[in-house]
Amino acid sequence: MAILEVRNLSVNYLTDNGTALHAVEGVGFSLEQGSSLGLVGESGCGKTTAMLGVLRLLPAEGRIVSGEVWYEGMDLLRLSERGMGEYRWTKMAIVFQGAMNALNPVRRVGDQIAEAIMLHGVATGKKAASKRVGELLEMVGMTAEMAGRYPHQYSGGMRQRAMIAMALACSPDILIADEPTTALDVMIQAQILDLLQHLQKELELSVILVTHDLGVVAEICDDVLVMYGGKTAEYAGVDVIYNDPLHPYTQRLMQAFPDIDNPTSSLASIPGYPPPLDALPAGCRFEPRCHCKSGICAVESPPLVAVKPGHYVACHEVKG
Amino acid sequence: MEQFKHIWRTFRHRPMGMLGGLMLFSVVFVAIFAPWLAPYDPKERIDVEPGDLLAPPDSEHLLGRDDAGKDVLSQLIYGARVSLTVGFVASLMSMFIGTSVGLVAGYFGGRIGNALMRLVDFLLVIPDLPLMLVFITMWGRGLWKIILVIGLLGWTSTARLVRSQVLSIKERQFILRARAIGAGGLRIIARHIFPQVLPLILADAVLSISGAIIAESSLSFLGLGDPMLVSWGMMLNFAFERAISRRAWWFLLPPGFAIVWVSVGLIMMGNTLEEIVNPRLKTHHLFDPRHMVALIAGVRPEGQAEGGVE
Repeated sequence: MAILEVRNLSVNYLTDNGTALHAVEGVGFSLEQGSSLGLVGESGCGKTTAMLGVLRLLPAEGRIVSGEVWYEGMDLLRLSERGMGEYRWTKMAIVFQGAMNALNPVRRVGDQIAEAIMLHGVATGKKAASKRVGELLEMVGMTAEMAGRYPHQYSGGMRQRAMIAMALACSPDILIADEPTTALDVMIQAQILDLLQHLQKELELSVILVTHDLGVVAEICDDVLVMYGGKTAEYAGVDVIYNDPLHPYTQRLMQAFPDIDNPTSSLASIPGYPPPLDALPAGCRFEPRCHCKSGICAVESPPLVAVKPGHYVACHEVKG
Repeated sequence: MEQFKHIWRTFRHRPMGMLGGLMLFSVVFVAIFAPWLAPYDPKERIDVEPGDLLAPPDSEHLLGRDDAGKDVLSQLIYGARVSLTVGFVASLMSMFIGTSVGLVAGYFGGRIGNALMRLVDFLLVIPDLPLMLVFITMWGRGLWKIILVIGLLGWTSTARLVRSQVLSIKERQFILRARAIGAGGLRIIARHIFPQVLPLILADAVLSISGAIIAESSLSFLGLGDPMLVSWGMMLNFAFERAISRRAWWFLLPPGFAIVWVSVGLIMMGNTLEEIVNPRLKTHHLFDPRHMVALIAGVRPEGQAEGGVE
């Protein structure tokens, strides 16, 4: 059963001169209970925006223009801000991108985790809260004594662990991890990913992993949503995406990823850059960089169609 | 309070700041122990002879006597109490107002922020002293009224400073995170933003004390001080009106020096603090004279041989 279902989510950013930038357009997915979804795509393709939209934490210029976010029979986008506050963090928590920036440098890490606990009444009283903080820190592989330290006394990996502990403070059902391994060295990356997988099993979490590391996705995720230029390019199970990608962009992404069975093969790269939000192509967003485009691609944006049950592709060249 | 330990550690090695702190501390010491330090009580009734009026300094009256035959040194020592009281209380008041306004205007922005900042602009463009004169004339003279006027008019620059800092802090990601975990606006301001601007406020407060002391002295000098208290400004006023023409420099100079002493001390201390907590004020190494040897000594930079282009 899907624990979270996002339909047709579109987010705009309003600029100073009054025009709207379409950062996310018509993105949808369903997250199964206990499963994990990988959200992949290049920098600036709207991954983080989509997740902040789901949590309704967009910056002041952001506007959710359409969409539904269904959780336990409730469309979260229709709730009042106060109503949303009861879901955020207790049902759905996020590990923000860049753990250093997400921790207040002048407050002890333990106090910052305790803040989440106290605000949602998970534990009442300072003593109970600090006990819970200790539990959480141990859960993510640290000791309770670390609570009394400041963020600058933590290493990068420890900060990421602290952010995960903070996200788990109110025992959420859904954990959104926004590039949890960025800016960490490979050893620490592996540790953090192990930790996430371990926690997912133990706490029966449903996880959305935002990343641009396809290796991480292959290791952890059950489903993959490939975004390009704010739109869904391809959405399918992880095996399908890796073995039988249909969208040209996904195909190229896979070729750009080193193959462990054939380590000497040269890596492909996709020429060009992702489109800037203020100059999106009229047709398919990927058309300027596509290697198998035809006339229609520059004119008309391809719809997302199901080629097989559970495999969605948005490309004119792929026939359903 | 990790940050204050850091500030103190840096401050300790700044001779300028430490000297300023010492200058301020000496005045605070004098003000606290005034009854023991002052040779005479300025409020005591004394019998004077014509020769005592504006008598020059001697061994019994180290700074001479004023036009009523009273000891100038004792007045100076008691005057420190008035100046410091006005300085600290008025500055505390304007810090409180300025910080609140800056935090609210910076964090909430929008209409409230705009309205508050326009009020700040309005108050900033009106020269302080004439406005203070108007208020004192309206309300009457008195120590607490003076404090109130200085405090109520002195918060504008603090509000601007705090607001600009808040504008930058509120865009940082831990604020979004705090919002995500369910913290409301006031909580975010109090727990996440205020601690970050506190050091800056501290530095500003030190500077604002000297501003308040000078404002009080100006008001008193202009004859609008509390008539029941002898402050340094009041002494200057008396000396200016009654002593200058009789060349009694010992009545005029000491209060002037005292005001300069405490203000310079505060400014040196405040500037040092501000330099520590506000990294933007640290100058680029290229502008540091110690690194400009080549320019100062007139040595040509390498590679520029004499004779020019061949």
